Amino acid sequence: MIELFRQGILVKPYERLSRDQLQCLDQASLDILSDPGVWCYNERAALLFKDHGAKVWEEDAPGAKCWRVSFPGGLVKEAVAKAPSRLVLGARKPENRLLLDTEIPRVYFGTGSEANIWLDTKLEDFVSAEDSTVKIKVPRYEEVRGSTALLSRAAKLCERLEHLDFFIRPLNIQDPEITFDNHDVNKFFASLNNITKHVQAGLTSLASFNDVVTMAEIIAGGKAALRENPIVSFIACVFKSPLQIVDDTAEKVFAIVESGLPLVISSSPQGGSSAPIQEVGMVAQINAEILAGITLTQLIREGAPVLYGSVPVRARLDDLHDLYGCPEFNQYNIDCVQLARYYKIPCYSTAGVGDAKVPGMQAMFEKLFTHLYMATSGAHYIHYAFGLLDRTNSFCPLQAVLDNEQIGKIKHCLRAPKVSLQDTDDAVKMVKKVMASSHRLFARHARKAMHSGDVSSPYQFETKDLKDRVIENALEHMARLEAEPAPHLDPDVVDHVYNKVPGLLPGLKTALSDN
Amino acid sequence: MSTSELLEKIAFNVIQGRVEAEDDGFDPGLEGRPAVTELVTEALDQNIDPKKILMQSLTESMETVGDKFEKNEYLIPDMLASAECVGVAMDLLAPHLIMAGVKSKGKFVIATVKGDLHDIGKNILAIMLKGAGYDVVDLGTDVSMDRILNAVKEHEATFLGLSALLTTTMREMEDVIQQLKAKGLRDNVKVFIGGAPTSNDFAVQIGADAYCKDAFQALDILKEIKRSP
Repeated sequence: MIELFRQGILVKPYERLSRDQLQCLDQASLDILSDPGVWCYNERAALLFKDHGAKVWEEDAPGAKCWRVSFPGGLVKEAVAKAPSRLVLGARKPENRLLLDTEIPRVYFGTGSEANIWLDTKLEDFVSAEDSTVKIKVPRYEEVRGSTALLSRAAKLCERLEHLDFFIRPLNIQDPEITFDNHDVNKFFASLNNITKHVQAGLTSLASFNDVVTMAEIIAGGKAALRENPIVSFIACVFKSPLQIVDDTAEKVFAIVESGLPLVISSSPQGGSSAPIQEVGMVAQINAEILAGITLTQLIREGAPVLYGSVPVRARLDDLHDLYGCPEFNQYNIDCVQLARYYKIPCYSTAGVGDAKVPGMQAMFEKLFTHLYMATSGAHYIHYAFGLLDRTNSFCPLQAVLDNEQIGKIKHCLRAPKVSLQDTDDAVKMVKKVMASSHRLFARHARKAMHSGDVSSPYQFETKDLKDRVIENALEHMARLEAEPAPHLDPDVVDHVYNKVPGLLPGLKTALSDN
Repeated sequence: MSTSELLEKIAFNVIQGRVEAEDDGFDPGLEGRPAVTELVTEALDQNIDPKKILMQSLTESMETVGDKFEKNEYLIPDMLASAECVGVAMDLLAPHLIMAGVKSKGKFVIATVKGDLHDIGKNILAIMLKGAGYDVVDLGTDVSMDRILNAVKEHEATFLGLSALLTTTMREMEDVIQQLKAKGLRDNVKVFIGGAPTSNDFAVQIGADAYCKDAFQALDILKEIKRSP
């Protein structure tokens, strides 16, 4: 398919469910899709389902028009089987493309959400109340509303995070000049102009979809070039859980699929409120929703590139907010990864979110707990993995830098073992050699592995005394990364984009001179 | 190969940390090429002055390695590889240097004390000392007080290094120092101690001359001693 792409990390997947259990869940999802079926608020989708053999009738209920759709199992199975099992997510730089293949559990990590808040970190000196000679640096946090400038800054930083494989706009742009109509073009341009990795986002307005595609075509080098190297892709949460197809999102699905660009069919029910909290019920329902969404894509256009997008979460039972970083989150999500593999569709999965509002021990626990588990599951495309705090409500660049270090270590940990006959022969030879020496030290023989990168480095932000300077060290590292130039688009390309695409903020263009 | 080329190659291979031809170096692609063992042997076969080999190839290159370590370009395995190269070269050069009247920097008896089998730190120190030009007598681990005292006496050691990793065995160091005094050996030997549970305070308390938190500190202290009158 392609030879040059990001390597991610190849894992031997941890499987929680047996084959029998997968088949049970598959059948349960098909049963749900048959009865009670889904509540479809989009007429085009309802008619398309009907044309292909679904039982469809208009619901007799007040409010928006709604059709009930009862899917025959065969329709869903046949449609899902037509979805490609292998697809490429393109990038401005060919070496940053992603290859998603259901036969190969290659794991990629990237950003996610569209947080309203950018969390800034400043270090301040604090003096001990007991001993005025003792000073420590303590981080203070400030919440700032997201803007195009901050989204540009996030993309630029993410370009430099070596373990970040793709960029989903992590920040909602809220400049005064941003409107419903120009939201999409500005968020895509701010991203594409500052990062050479794959860029993905949901659509705010269907009306601006063609402008986004035009922009991507100009940057990729034409219509055909964009389809061959889709530097952008889209996320559609077509289901409002439980089991309701949203009218305007369904229209977006039609447009995106017809454009030939890749699409994530994402569903995010909350166990305990919009889905059962029990693993079996949650997974059966979210799987039903995703299968129905994928069925829609394949009925619109057979072979449409689509990802199985699973974002199942659990409700906190004290306030019914989302609860990430808990055991059930991993259970739900690992099951979904296995189901995606069962259907041979690349999986868009989730990890790295928590309730913590600031970087620190709680954030570290919640993130590591899900990052590690989800990576071992062999999910292809793990979003939410960088910088998110306060569930998905804030994006903290410092946290993204900390997550980069954590994900780097996880990728290292999950590297395939190097055990061949040659390796074992070399090892035995080394042992003999060292044991024949007076000192019996293997240190000298660590060099080759050390210099080739086979041996990991200590935690990047460690301190060797009794003070915790992780945040201080990470901030210094972030400052160094941010001092690097942004990988801006060629000025001619920018001019072309500005000529063809309405609604772009002038400030985003002049920001080119910043670096 | 000319004398200067050979001396340069030895120095290069010390910096690369290559003891034998089959070793890889700091830079890739060196495996299979002659390394310190082969090159020093060749130099001696060519009757190159062993003092020249010592000064121009070994001492200077170890200084370069030390600089690289200070700048974090090299890590401990790199440093040890280079020190091991010098140690191997010194073994080959020793008979020739003695004949030429060159004295070692001093005799260093080193041991992990009785009851204790931990020796990584001690071994690192032994390699580094040898690489720095000291004559090292490594007694190994779980070494009885008598063996230590006999070795100090027999080798007329100028330095004694004692290592322990356990709080239960570190007291043995104090007994060794007391016995050195009792046998009239203490004034001629400087005692260095090291190991995780030991400390500067402990060294003072038991009457040792120096506490070394690691091999590098030991070398720094030795340099200080050499400088002082």
